[in-house]
Amino acid sequence: MTAAPARGHGRIRSPWAPYTTTARYLALFALACLFILPVYALLVTALKLPAEVSVVRMWQWPHELSLDNFRIVWPKLRDGFGNSVAMALPASALSSLLGAANGFVLSKWRFPGADFAFALILFGMFIPYQAVLIPMFQTMSASGLRGGLSGLIMVHVIYGLPITTLIFRSYFAGISDELIEAARVDGAGMLRTFAFVALPIAPPAFAVAMIWQFTSAWNDFLFGVLLTNKDRWPITVALNNIAGSQAVPFNEAMASALLACLPTLAVYVVLGRFFLRGLMAGALKG
Amino acid sequence: MLRRLRAWGPGLLLISPSLIALAVFVYGFLGWNIRVSLSSWRGLLPAHDFVGLANYTALASDPRFMQYDVPNIAIFTVVFVAGSLVVGFVLALLLDRAEFGQHALRSLYLFPMAISFIATAIIWRWLMDNGGGESTTGLNKLLVDAGLGSLRSDWFKSSSRWAIAAIALPAGWSLSGYVMSLFLAGMRGVPEELREAARVDGASEPRVFWHVVRPMLLPVLMSAVVILAHISLKTFDLFYAMDQKNIKIDTPALYMWFTTFDGGFYARGAAIAALLLLGVATVIVPYIWYSVRAERVK
Repeated sequence: MTAAPARGHGRIRSPWAPYTTTARYLALFALACLFILPVYALLVTALKLPAEVSVVRMWQWPHELSLDNFRIVWPKLRDGFGNSVAMALPASALSSLLGAANGFVLSKWRFPGADFAFALILFGMFIPYQAVLIPMFQTMSASGLRGGLSGLIMVHVIYGLPITTLIFRSYFAGISDELIEAARVDGAGMLRTFAFVALPIAPPAFAVAMIWQFTSAWNDFLFGVLLTNKDRWPITVALNNIAGSQAVPFNEAMASALLACLPTLAVYVVLGRFFLRGLMAGALKG
Repeated sequence: MLRRLRAWGPGLLLISPSLIALAVFVYGFLGWNIRVSLSSWRGLLPAHDFVGLANYTALASDPRFMQYDVPNIAIFTVVFVAGSLVVGFVLALLLDRAEFGQHALRSLYLFPMAISFIATAIIWRWLMDNGGGESTTGLNKLLVDAGLGSLRSDWFKSSSRWAIAAIALPAGWSLSGYVMSLFLAGMRGVPEELREAARVDGASEPRVFWHVVRPMLLPVLMSAVVILAHISLKTFDLFYAMDQKNIKIDTPALYMWFTTFDGGFYARGAAIAALLLLGVATVIVPYIWYSVRAERVK
């Protein structure tokens, strides 16, 4: 996205402008409160003393801040957390690297039918995963990849390829052809051009692709629950089993949910603009 | 010929591992799923017989599928898509001209998207608790305290046919910021000179929006509808973590999971999945076709 041009120049200010501006901010503020509401309940509950927690006092500010809830749930979530880290990091790195190669070829080293191949790749991003679950279950079981993390990583890498390919294809399409041509004229083959010309200028696209893939893999539930055994459950599956029933104490459910989304929220807060670019790519608007 | 092959051969070679993986895991699996849906596979051992469309006709007279899942997903899709579009559009409209604090506000509306549907469901299940009297809590408590007690609701535990519409609340919470971002990007894409020209002609701001900006937002609207609709059809974890045994919020995606992996009715599960694929493909294929072609024209 390019920077928006300066706004408001030469516009005749309506006499109502101060009122519309006030109304605008009142509306924005009210909506912001509504969006924060669930997180407010989550935070104050997780930070209360377990003895103070009661569902009917959900909205009350804690008398005393405490991390006890986290101490209670962390031992139950720890394995899932570790599994998700061990799964999401390699899955996003591998998927991005392959996506970089695909995006480079499909934009700068094109072959006949490259656009058609791209459309076929893209479709994989939108399929309802229900329609591949049974064959996936059979294939992964038969090949012994079901149960542990390697099968889950493999599946996340493969189903991540459409979006990473899209991100890198859009990125490389914005790079001038002359750069690539210059390397070609110098006698560099495709692999050398990719490795020494394209990759060094691609860190921004890597940031977008890796963040997007990390978030998807971290938040995935369906593949995790289908492909892993209890000791290899990713965080979402562990969370659903710990907090996924009304019988679980309210404070533990909230503390678990908060712990489980900390990494993606941290990524979002620190690297939000890359997250946003991934979103835009997802709408085929890279 | 050989020269041309040498020109594009290496490229094809470099992406062939990805192409092969996707050919197997997307197209091969989709095809195999359809094949399973034409068999009578039930139980642990796969059946490789051929029963034609029997599983599909059985679904057509299956009360769970026809009386719950299909109406449910239709209601959910309409409420979720329309709600997220309206909220997202209003947010974009308000934010587009908000010069102060725009970045912070935009991030705030967007952050729920970074939270998994499982965590979202766990939070919202407590917010939409249907307890009454002394045990009133969550959103109902807020409504009662605000003097709007008549608006209290049983949400997704309601006995109404519309119970599933309550799930559009967490789903919309999660995704309307995304719709906002799409619309904001669309509004940014309108050249300032065009707006300026209309203003010089004496158009008021609302008229500038209606005649200059609105027509250029149609492609954005289309993207948003397609993306939200396909998410709606395939979402599983949000409903599953919310209340998996509640037939009022049962959807084809949930039925597929339970009948296949709990019940062992693989062929029936495959048929439901194939119908989901059909539903998604009817919106997605024209969309991809249009996007890739529009890009080539550029």
